[in-house]
Amino acid sequence: MRHTISLLVENKFGVLSRISGLFSGRGYNIESLSVGETIDPLISNMTIVTSGDDQIIEQITKQLNKLIDVIKVVDITELDHVEREMVLIKVAPRQQDKAEVLRITEIFRGRVVDSSQKTYTVEITGDEKKIEAIIELFKPMGIKEFVRTGKIAIAREGVKKP
Amino acid sequence: MKMSGAEIFIESLKREGVKHIFGYPGGVILNIFDLLYEDKDIQLILTRHEQGAVHAADGYARSTGKAGVVLVTSGPGATNTITGLATASMDSIPLVVFSGQVPTMLIGNDAFQEADIVGISRPCTKYNFLAKDVKDISKIVRESFHIATTGRPGPVLIDLPKDVTSAKAEFTWPEIKIRSYHPTLEGNKWMINQAAQLISKSKKALIVAGGGVILSGAHRELKELAEIANIPVTMTLMGLGGFPGTHSLSLGMPGMHGTYYANKSIQECDLLIAIGMRFDDRVTGKLDAFAPNAKIVHVDIDPTSIKKNVRVDVPIVGDVKKVLTVLNRVLKEDIKEQWEEVRKAWLKQIEAWKQERPMSYTYDEEVIKPQFVVEKIFELTRGDAIISTEVGQNQMWAAQFYKFDKPRMWLTSGGLGTMGYGFPAAIGAQIAHPNKLVIDIAGDGSIQMNIQELATAVINKLPVKVAILNNRYLGMVRQWQELFFGERYSHTHLEVVPDFVKLAEAYGAIGLRATKPSEVEPVLKEAFKIKKTVFMDFVVYWKEKVYPMVPAGAPIDQMLFEEKKEKEEKKLKAVK
Repeated sequence: MRHTISLLVENKFGVLSRISGLFSGRGYNIESLSVGETIDPLISNMTIVTSGDDQIIEQITKQLNKLIDVIKVVDITELDHVEREMVLIKVAPRQQDKAEVLRITEIFRGRVVDSSQKTYTVEITGDEKKIEAIIELFKPMGIKEFVRTGKIAIAREGVKKP
Repeated sequence: MKMSGAEIFIESLKREGVKHIFGYPGGVILNIFDLLYEDKDIQLILTRHEQGAVHAADGYARSTGKAGVVLVTSGPGATNTITGLATASMDSIPLVVFSGQVPTMLIGNDAFQEADIVGISRPCTKYNFLAKDVKDISKIVRESFHIATTGRPGPVLIDLPKDVTSAKAEFTWPEIKIRSYHPTLEGNKWMINQAAQLISKSKKALIVAGGGVILSGAHRELKELAEIANIPVTMTLMGLGGFPGTHSLSLGMPGMHGTYYANKSIQECDLLIAIGMRFDDRVTGKLDAFAPNAKIVHVDIDPTSIKKNVRVDVPIVGDVKKVLTVLNRVLKEDIKEQWEEVRKAWLKQIEAWKQERPMSYTYDEEVIKPQFVVEKIFELTRGDAIISTEVGQNQMWAAQFYKFDKPRMWLTSGGLGTMGYGFPAAIGAQIAHPNKLVIDIAGDGSIQMNIQELATAVINKLPVKVAILNNRYLGMVRQWQELFFGERYSHTHLEVVPDFVKLAEAYGAIGLRATKPSEVEPVLKEAFKIKKTVFMDFVVYWKEKVYPMVPAGAPIDQMLFEEKKEKEEKKLKAVK
């Protein structure tokens, strides 16, 4: 099963390599990984998507916890959470498809961030399913290339009823 | 007053109580070596290879419990430490290794003798540092010793660029603050109670004790536990000495070359209490068939060791000594059992297995059996010697036929299985214990992997004894070829083995040789009398195999034993 693991790590050189080394050295797979600074510039947040059975996921979280530069590990899959990913898609539609590209972009609440005589570059944010859906819709119109960020995730806070 | 990075470094080592460093100089580490030239408090032991330095520091650490310290130069000096780091990492041995590095400005430029040692050593260290600022040196030294020696111990490497050791700064000695490193020491009380309940309910309990018992200094607590609840104990290769080998509850070693009765007990027990061990494949054999009837209690300081290989019913993360102290108290105070009565049938069954297949070998009058040499060493030292080994048959025979009653007397590369470990490790142990008898039980293959350290032993006047079980083969691999590869001895016959007696003499050591069983005892006695480095060349039966043996991947109670036919083979020839 796929798991999304959220980490707080020391923001210093070599940490990413310790974490990726842990995965490669033990034969685990990283499906996506994204890193960014937190409100404390000495700490980074990392979101890793990986897969495996319960025993493997337990080992992964324990091994991550054991790394000295890792401050906190949360398997966010088990919590109520929000996930987002962004994609930039460069589409090169035929003349007759151009309007359709813009229409799909609008339906998906995306934006055109660059255009040329032959291409539009569209920015879309959403969960994995949404990203995959728009890629499928654009495919017949001629995708030149696309770039995905990898997933980021955050736990939801519970809302108290008044 | 401002001090140079090198001076700060030396002062930091002194504050950590370092008395001995094993090392080898080179260009970019000269700032530090220069200060050691006349230092009164710290002795540098110059080895003849950096790998030897790391193994020596490892032997020093295993025999004392303190961190071993190594100092080498950049590039090849640093890369030569990798085997030693991996050896220590697999066996959880505290080492602090300092390597020189090219000046910060040149890092990444493929400078002369530059290697990315922080990158290379990352998977085989517990942690590593690159010191980028002279102001960080004392903090890094302090943190490295802390990380190496606490929690599950392990090696730490610190890379010191040349410009950082020559730059100047004020000396500070900051408190250790590592926000993300807090090993769990106290075991969970509820879990410990669960374990006590299981112990009281079990009829056929068994303790499997590993290296964690020794690292945590819990040998007394383990003995107490075994004696309170009358539980037999088997010790893994790393756990030998954690429980007295001569104790009536001792079953010797389990696993691939373990005793019949230890393996039978594992397969038959209804409760397996694993203490400071990690269910290595050499212990478990085929995992699905391991301890099929047992509930498993697992005590370990490293949470990743628990449930990594086997299912566990009661996991207890914590320091073995602390956990056992609480467990023993619970067993003594809260549980009223007639332990002797409860275990009577179980211990009787084990005794029957011991009678059925005791640990043995066939003595021969004409050729020396390697087991006989180990037995004689045990007999003559009465167990009061530090024993190191190389890797292979020599290691297994030493583990099987030498009874370790005390911890920290047994130095062997268990996890990585590093040939060439034993001799430098013995040197390190002798440095730490100048008045103890230190013996390396070696093979003719392994000893040649770090034989250059003869110079280190001789020049430091170390009375290390090396007992070479010389069969002119890479014996363990040859054994596998004989049993599983149709006796095709591909590249295991060493053919030319040096004359170890002359070789020892060439280095200024003493060389002795025994070719007949009757010569074994006199040679050992003479060697133990001489206060110098001694090589003993025991020319042993080349075809002797380590038994019992569980073929790789088989359940541990499917063991091979010495066949009758072999026992009856009369005309043994020492030399093929």
